[in-house]
Amino acid sequence: MSAALQTFGLCKSFGGITATDHVDFALAKGARHALIGPNGAGKTTFVNQLTGMLRPSSGRIELMGEDITALPPEARVKRGLARTFQINQLFATMTPLEMIALVTSERLGRGRSPFRTLDRDATLVAETAEILTRFKLDDIMNRPIATLPYGRRRQIEIAAAFAARPSVLLLDEPAAGVPEAERRELMATVAALPEDVSVLLIEHDMDLVFRFANRITVLVNGRVLAEGTPEAMARDPAVRAAYLGEAAHV
Amino acid sequence: MSAAAFEARVREALRAGRRWYPAEFLFWLAAFAAFLLLPGQLLLLNEVAILALFALSLDLVLGYAGIVSLGHAAFLGMGAYAAGLLARHVTADPLAGLACGMAAAGLLGLATSPLVLRGSDLTRLMVTLGVALILYELANSFASVTGGADGLQGIMMAPVLGLFDFDLFGRTAYLYSLSVLFLLFLVARRVVGSPFGLSLRAIRDNPLRASASGVPNGRRLAAVYALAAAYAGAAGALLAQTTQFVSLDVLDFHRSADLMLVLIIGGAGYLYGGLVGAIAFKLLQDGIASLTPQYWMFWIGLFLVLFVLGGREVIHGAVRAVVGRVARFGRGAAR
Repeated sequence: MSAALQTFGLCKSFGGITATDHVDFALAKGARHALIGPNGAGKTTFVNQLTGMLRPSSGRIELMGEDITALPPEARVKRGLARTFQINQLFATMTPLEMIALVTSERLGRGRSPFRTLDRDATLVAETAEILTRFKLDDIMNRPIATLPYGRRRQIEIAAAFAARPSVLLLDEPAAGVPEAERRELMATVAALPEDVSVLLIEHDMDLVFRFANRITVLVNGRVLAEGTPEAMARDPAVRAAYLGEAAHV
Repeated sequence: MSAAAFEARVREALRAGRRWYPAEFLFWLAAFAAFLLLPGQLLLLNEVAILALFALSLDLVLGYAGIVSLGHAAFLGMGAYAAGLLARHVTADPLAGLACGMAAAGLLGLATSPLVLRGSDLTRLMVTLGVALILYELANSFASVTGGADGLQGIMMAPVLGLFDFDLFGRTAYLYSLSVLFLLFLVARRVVGSPFGLSLRAIRDNPLRASASGVPNGRRLAAVYALAAAYAGAAGALLAQTTQFVSLDVLDFHRSADLMLVLIIGGAGYLYGGLVGAIAFKLLQDGIASLTPQYWMFWIGLFLVLFVLGGREVIHGAVRAVVGRVARFGRGAAR
């Protein structure tokens, strides 16, 4: 089976620091894959290269077998690669409705049109309504995003990425900062994502990772330390020493 | 709730963004009524309408796309000279001149957009300022074409649409400028409510998320920059045609600085800010100048400092309260 997203010898260095060190990584189609590693392991740098926010120093990235290494972020979104951010990146002055409508309008290629209207576009309205319902945002869809509680904003972060109808979805610590009580609902949202979407979860919370993922990659100092099933990773002495052991002390 | 009913709610919410408010009708009604009510002030009103169009242009760039500019006069001047030169050498038809001014300024906007889209706010301020300075000196040194410091003289305009002759009292001038302002305002209103306009708001709010949502930020900003430049060009063309004269003053720094002031007074990002600001600015300028002709800049300066330091919230709050009341009154009457 060919991978949905794959990197070949990916490297990124900032001055003398190597943040990504010859990473060969494959995300299988339909995967529920987690990328874990201690702070500063280079997880977010890796994701930023996958999505085009950072240009790799060397190496190649393929999405559905197509080389996307040189493409800008928006072109990768159009090819089906969407992401969420570790720190919320939302449109503060918009409502959830407007934000989802924006992503949908770009997906449908409407954004170039200065004379169309949003409301007379039946496809756009239907898709926006579908996303709002799926992520249970219908009750707050007309309130400014900036006034919503943090947990709800986290949901919008995922909804906005999903509205791009990605084939590959990268979730960068979706539960970061979310209070324990709202975590369950958030992870239920993640678990309910359709199976044909390949998901890469970057996460710190081991509990979430083991509940969600059927495959885990451990990144340490910019290198892939180990990869395998959750059970294998939990047993792996090197992983325990580098990461799990460390977490157990916290 | 059924899916269809919810879709109807979504459609309604999306439509709300481009619905007309009663206060807006009143605003435009008053603008056209001023022609009959203030027959002695038409020359001033014409200046207000032109400044309002110029400010509308900056609002598209600053309020909707978040690009700061201290050199918007470049486009005003480009439009003015293009329209003036066309009238002197090719055709005296005002609408042809208007189209020519808009096209010339729009092309200049497109050509300079790669410079402006790079870098931070400070870079943008300097680049826009620099472009305007370059244009000023070009107009100064190519005196054989532009008239240099003497200005471009001998512009004779044909009647608008072949029907309305320009007169000494500014009757045709005001109606012509106001009509152009109104039409271009309608276009701008349509544009900011479109998917394109929504993507501009997205870029202004959060460029990182915009590009992660599939928005090609650079191309969209270049497009709105060129559009706004064309609007400023239209203002320049109107200025050249209704005063039948173009001087280096149209490219001067104070034009860009005044414009920033206008938008600060009126508020950016809701289209009417530029219009309201232009009215307030011109009235203020005119009022203070007639009281103390020598020191009016002093009072404008003082007003600006006080306004920005705290008066803005007070004034905008009061205006919003009045508009809200008018809107409620309008809705009540509609029922």
